[in-house]
Amino acid sequence: MSDAGPGRPLAHWQHRLAERGVDRQLWLLVPALIFVVALFLYPFFYGLTLSFQPTNGGPFSDYARFFSDAYERGTIWITLRIALPAALLNVLAAVPIAYRMRGRFRGKRLVTTLLVVPITLGTVLTAQGLLNFLGPTGWFNRILLATSLVDEPVRLTHNYWGVFFSLVITGFPFAFLLVLSYLSGIDPTLERAAATLGADWRRRFTQITLPLLMPGLATTFCLTFVLAFSVFPSAVLVGNPAGETRVISLAAYQAAYEQYDYPYASAIAMIMGFVELVIIAVVLAARSRFYTGSTGGKG
Amino acid sequence: MSAFSRLRLDGVSRRFGGQAALTELDLTIESGEFIALLGPSGCGKSTALNCLAGLLPLTQGSIWQDERRIDTLPPERRGFGMVFQSYALFPHLTVRANIAFGLRMRRLPREETRRRTEEAVRLVRLEDHVDKLPGQLSGGQQQRVAIARAVVFEPSLVLMDEPLSNLDAKLRLEMRTEIRRLHQSLGLTTVYVTHDQEEALSLADRLVVLREGRVQQIGSPRELHNRPANWHVADFMGYRNLWRGRVDRLDGNRATIESSGQRLLGEAVGDLRTGADTMVAVRPEDIRVDGPGETPNAMSAIIEVVEYQGRELAAEARTDTGMLLHLRTEQRIAPGDQVKLAIDPQRLLVYPADAARRTDLPASGSEAAR
Amino acid sequence: MATTTEAPPTRPSTTTERRRRITARPAAWIVWGVVIFFFLNLLGVVASVLVSSFGQRWFDTWLPDGYTTRWYGRAWDEFALLQVITVTLQVSVLVVGLSLLIGVPAAYVLARRSFPGKRVIFLVFLLPILMPPITYGIPLATVLYKFGLAGNMSGVVLANLVPSVPFVILTMTPFIEQIDPRMESAARMCGAGLRTVFLRVLTPLLVPGILASAILVLVRTVGMFELTFLTAGPDSQTLVVALYYSMSASGIRAQQSVDAMAVIYTSMMLVLLVVALRYVNPTQLVARVKDEPEH
Ligand SMILES: Nc1ncnc2c1ncn2[C@@H]1O[C@H](COP(=O)(O)OP(=O)(O)OP(=O)(O)O)[C@@H](O)[C@H]1O
Ligand SMILES: [Mg+2]
Repeated sequence: MSDAGPGRPLAHWQHRLAERGVDRQLWLLVPALIFVVALFLYPFFYGLTLSFQPTNGGPFSDYARFFSDAYERGTIWITLRIALPAALLNVLAAVPIAYRMRGRFRGKRLVTTLLVVPITLGTVLTAQGLLNFLGPTGWFNRILLATSLVDEPVRLTHNYWGVFFSLVITGFPFAFLLVLSYLSGIDPTLERAAATLGADWRRRFTQITLPLLMPGLATTFCLTFVLAFSVFPSAVLVGNPAGETRVISLAAYQAAYEQYDYPYASAIAMIMGFVELVIIAVVLAARSRFYTGSTGGKG
Repeated sequence: MSAFSRLRLDGVSRRFGGQAALTELDLTIESGEFIALLGPSGCGKSTALNCLAGLLPLTQGSIWQDERRIDTLPPERRGFGMVFQSYALFPHLTVRANIAFGLRMRRLPREETRRRTEEAVRLVRLEDHVDKLPGQLSGGQQQRVAIARAVVFEPSLVLMDEPLSNLDAKLRLEMRTEIRRLHQSLGLTTVYVTHDQEEALSLADRLVVLREGRVQQIGSPRELHNRPANWHVADFMGYRNLWRGRVDRLDGNRATIESSGQRLLGEAVGDLRTGADTMVAVRPEDIRVDGPGETPNAMSAIIEVVEYQGRELAAEARTDTGMLLHLRTEQRIAPGDQVKLAIDPQRLLVYPADAARRTDLPASGSEAAR
Repeated sequence: MATTTEAPPTRPSTTTERRRRITARPAAWIVWGVVIFFFLNLLGVVASVLVSSFGQRWFDTWLPDGYTTRWYGRAWDEFALLQVITVTLQVSVLVVGLSLLIGVPAAYVLARRSFPGKRVIFLVFLLPILMPPITYGIPLATVLYKFGLAGNMSGVVLANLVPSVPFVILTMTPFIEQIDPRMESAARMCGAGLRTVFLRVLTPLLVPGILASAILVLVRTVGMFELTFLTAGPDSQTLVVALYYSMSASGIRAQQSVDAMAVIYTSMMLVLLVVALRYVNPTQLVARVKDEPEH
């Protein structure tokens, strides 16, 4: 606007608004904005203010209550102890497998399709299946007993491991498909170029593919972690909801629907969201240290 | 047919961020005219066209249709038709539906829509392809659909943005004729963007030459061809020989120039003073080979490179004084030949050199000069 | 996508060739072994539910004593499955329709335009996907109960919209970006207003994207446990929630009828899955990662 010629009027105000990207088309955004404000932001801030208005005590007493009670406070640790290893295992296991399976081969479509199945099954059904399959009289223990690998059934349900396996079963395919799509986004000629320069497969992987894949791995980790962190049904059904798998979402649920203490439940939900966002922020900050531009592939 | 008698662009400017893409374009378009916007790549032609169409907001200025201000109207309410460089045909609609689209938008009676669509299809000779999808057509056919779609609803103004640039050379010539024919038979008013000076010269009634977003010259094809307003326009219009020089003597329009140790006699265009730096422009076809020895602007040179171009040869020659010349001739010459060259003083144009930027003389002639 | 990933160097020397094979073999075996082990366990998980649902009595043996289909009849009556399935379908259809209506125009603006505050808005739309459902589900349910909207179907639908709309936005953006913006300019130059451009030009071109994102939202809604669980009343439970309740109340009901219900749920999901895979790539079922904004 600064150097408008002498005597030359500025353009019509509509043009000047349009120039900044403001015009009638923005109305299309309005329903979504109303939606996100009414159903996400408002409830969220409502919960936030509610958490500072406990049924008794000062504004922070619900937070103080959570952190002073070892049983409650421990849920953070319990959740992280389940979610972090599960998410990490899922991502780490997905890398070599996806690396093997990128490119075309017979049955690839079948494998990827089969991998989608557990994602769609959801946690509840997986929990039910795990109870049957990994239970003391389930097929898994039967095979172990029959092959004399163990003398008595291994306890794999109603404890930490039940929840962990349920997270692996739903989370691994998820991580795998994501990693696979990131990997196929990396131009394969880059590796071939490295090969012509004398790099063996190990170095091609560590020097070329892995650095390009790292941002994708970070995103995959985040999304897998979100899934694992909000573990709820399986913690109740295949875990030990009173003890070693009393995860934080369960604590929040109990506060809301068993004690009907909504301010306290909101406080726990806020703590939960905060912990999760902190971890995601750390991972994303680490991610930004890698090259995140185009990798020259199909995507 | 046109809904206006004149369209006036008043100081239309457009900036992208800090960079000016179009600066103060003043232009009046009379009904029925064929106007070509001409200029090198990136000079703001598409910007000007899109501003006129309403597809880009203006940074400054206004657009008037007779006494009505139209730059505040959205594109669909201006009633202009537009042909895009990449055609932008609707891939999910048949040729017929593509062409009928504008009529349907205007809610014309079904019968009339059908009739006018058929008529447009005939006009662009696509009768055999009406039920195909755009993906099943050749480039030239797609181009015809795009043109038919833009003219079928009898727009008051048709805008075309390099409509022929995706076609091969032969098709380009055919379509050029076709466009001119449509313009005349339908009585359209057309603004046509191109970077091809030949195309512009052959099609337009009036040419607007842009450079770096500014109008350099507006004029008829003849004016543009014979009398470019400055050496940039000359460069763009096919004056491939551009030499720096200094004014020796000025005698009305007659200027005597000193350039690389060569004395040249030419026509002064624009503001010149004795002793000023100048730019001398000559078309390759205006350099005669083996002219009579005693004419003005005679020089002897050695042919260095020869390109065969059908009836003519294009050659590069170097004079005894070291000047490089581009020339065209029907005579048979070969590299190494010693030739006598001559230039008609009428066809040697002398321009003031830019004061500010004297370094942007192109290393060799521009693309469009071929 | 290239067919070979382990392309040999331009002049493969025999030593590198041999080394590659020696190192490649065990690695490949391990990888395939892990995959097969995973699938075997997965098969075990699904099959044990399936077998149990058809078993007469199954206790501490490899296979049940006999087979019957009566558990299905039992489950159908005991859990009022007809009503539950009807609710599930109604909720899913409503969620899909509403999230498309809200999400597609927003996706269009976010894909095409830049305007002040766009990044903030994008982030806000991304948050519901990045947060665990319980985190915002509990405050949301509280608010919905306050307005009398929870405990019935409207609450379930509203709650499920929260992750669905952002999901539609994320899946639609790349589809919209693929469409040449000059197509819209051309339509406008032909006299089409904003609404007509949307209905006549964009929507037909976006059909593949809309189908993909509809089916993805459908799968996610049918499978969404937490939000439905927090907002559903007795008459507005979807199949997953009903399944959860029947499982957590096991002991009262025969294990097999719970299994039968699980099988019904599974078959419903599998049907959806088969339909989904006709329209979308398996990776899309997971997320559209490519479209996250780079920071
Ligand atoms: N959307 C945009 N954002 C920023 N700059 C732009 C944009 N569009 C055009 N420009 C700039 O404006 C100038 C003029 O562009 P314009 O498209 O009008 O050129 P043109 O004359 O049509 O060139 P061509 O013959 O190559 O099509 C260019 O320098 C270009 O870089
Ligand atoms: Mg252009």
